[in-house]
Amino acid sequence: MDSIFDFIKGFINGKTRKVVAGIWLDEKALVGAARTAKNMGIDKLEAISPYPMHEIDDALGIPRSIIPYVTIVTGLIGCAFGIWLTVWTSAYDWPLVIGGKPLNSLAAFVPIIFECTILFAALSSVAAMIYKCGLPKVDPPIIDPDLTCHKFALFVPEDSKSYDEAKLELLFKDLGAVEVKKAEF
Amino acid sequence: MIKREPLVLGNKSLKDVTEDICEVVERPPGKAFLAALFSAKMLFIFYIIVWGCIVAKGIGLMGINSPVGWGTAIITFVFWIGIGHAGTLISAVLFLFRQKWRTSIARTAEAMTVFAVMTAGVFPLLHTGRPWLAYWLLPYPNQRGPLWVNFRSPLLWDVFAVSTYATVSIVFWYIGMVPDLATIRDRAKNKIRKTVYGALSLGWRGTATQWNHFEMVYMLLAGLATPLVLSVHSIVSFDFAVANLPGWHTTIFPPYFVAGAIFSGFGMVVTLMVIIREVLPKFKSYITMNHMENMNKIIMTTGLLVGYAYGSEFFVAWYSGSEYEVYAFTNRAFGPYWWSYWTMITCNVFIPQLFWFKKIRTSIPAMFVISIFVNIGMWFERFVIVVTSLHRDFLPSSWGMFKFTFFDLGVIFGSFGMFFFLFLLYTRVFPAISIAEVKPVLGVGRKDETHG
Repeated sequence: MDSIFDFIKGFINGKTRKVVAGIWLDEKALVGAARTAKNMGIDKLEAISPYPMHEIDDALGIPRSIIPYVTIVTGLIGCAFGIWLTVWTSAYDWPLVIGGKPLNSLAAFVPIIFECTILFAALSSVAAMIYKCGLPKVDPPIIDPDLTCHKFALFVPEDSKSYDEAKLELLFKDLGAVEVKKAEF
Repeated sequence: MIKREPLVLGNKSLKDVTEDICEVVERPPGKAFLAALFSAKMLFIFYIIVWGCIVAKGIGLMGINSPVGWGTAIITFVFWIGIGHAGTLISAVLFLFRQKWRTSIARTAEAMTVFAVMTAGVFPLLHTGRPWLAYWLLPYPNQRGPLWVNFRSPLLWDVFAVSTYATVSIVFWYIGMVPDLATIRDRAKNKIRKTVYGALSLGWRGTATQWNHFEMVYMLLAGLATPLVLSVHSIVSFDFAVANLPGWHTTIFPPYFVAGAIFSGFGMVVTLMVIIREVLPKFKSYITMNHMENMNKIIMTTGLLVGYAYGSEFFVAWYSGSEYEVYAFTNRAFGPYWWSYWTMITCNVFIPQLFWFKKIRTSIPAMFVISIFVNIGMWFERFVIVVTSLHRDFLPSSWGMFKFTFFDLGVIFGSFGMFFFLFLLYTRVFPAISIAEVKPVLGVGRKDETHG
């Protein structure tokens, strides 16, 4: 039973990588360390924090999320779907005169078209976020349980060009990490 | 210089925030909670039985009859949908306006939205009389032609609006909760708990890239939910306003309904927050008097807005020169249902104005009582709109009265059982305050300004 469960988990979660992670206790110290390490040319540097930190995107050079483009495109698709659904069913597929109103009562279809737009845009944006964040996973390995509570981390995965356990440990300690951990992530 | 009030009291550290909020989910419940849950559950069971009778025998068990064909079910549907609006207003609109005080109440307000919309959804479905055919409301290719739904009907717009609203609110609520579910997962000691929250949190690990996308989606959803919430109650008001009936056929309905919805929703949020503060004393540091005062100010303002709407309806009825329109409104205030009209005016227009006094605005017992009056008033507002407009038809020969039966009262009170049962379960299973959103605002108004 347990092995089946682990198999499914492994299947959903995918492969893990080895990482070297430094742990900080303060947001500002972490952002400073991230900036320095990035300037030193550390490749594939990533941070973990219990809440969103605003300077970190700039420090790590994370580009603006592309999700708004998904939202506008799927919103327009939803709008087009709403127009097609209402006009085609009311005026073409089975035209029925109801209450003496025109078959294509576009003004009366606006609420439906609007709701379709919102529904498509919202659900697709969330789907895009789940995809871009590498979710969903079932209970994947974590570096430290306190990283969702009060600690902050910087880590470098093994597929990075600058991956050298000893050097990274030294660097993180230099930058003020209270602890350096090697983990599967 | 005007000082900012601290949003979180008691110089909490990041770790304290996590502990305080997760504790509720992690410890066994207290006696007060179990008593409340048990009462809500009994009421919920009673509610199911009442609806069971109505579905089995027919909706005639309720007081509806010609000419009042829409009664308790529609009144209470609009009532609950309206309550839902405050949650989206707090979580989406105040988010877009960068109102940081929203953070500690947004999660619970959103949960209220989700459960209020669920409670509301039951009413129109069962009021159809044959709920097993409710799927006919959806436009799907069928073997009857295909015979499509009538997209010109406001009742069908309602189906789309309410179901879209329910879906988007649930998604917004859930996505906002993902990082906090990950916090609970990381604190879990036993394997089942770890796996359940591990799955619920979708494997969230809080990397900077994840936060980057998360924040963007949160903002986009807030931007989408804002016009959505305004559209939903506008469309609910079209159910009435599109009909050619004096008392219903008015252009003021959409903004008037939205203002009323925000008014009643904030009333319910205040009621719930007072209860939460009493049952979970630790939350008093997060849901501070400042929060309660802000919400009371919104109740006071929206109370004035609905008061203006009531007045303007009378003015327009007189100005229209239509004798049926004038009669419909005179009949509301001075006809056989005068008591419902004046209950509405007293509860919605006069009583919330007590919040002009700071003493009342910051007194927990006073705001609790007033918030309940607001909800009584808002239920009567819908009663006035539905029943007084219908009961006197154009021809006096078809006039009639609407009388409550046991089943009407059963579904009104029973629906609170459903709502509170779901709500109480939620406070035990999910983090009732957004942990990841409170942490960045810990420093607001604090002397040392260490965070944020």
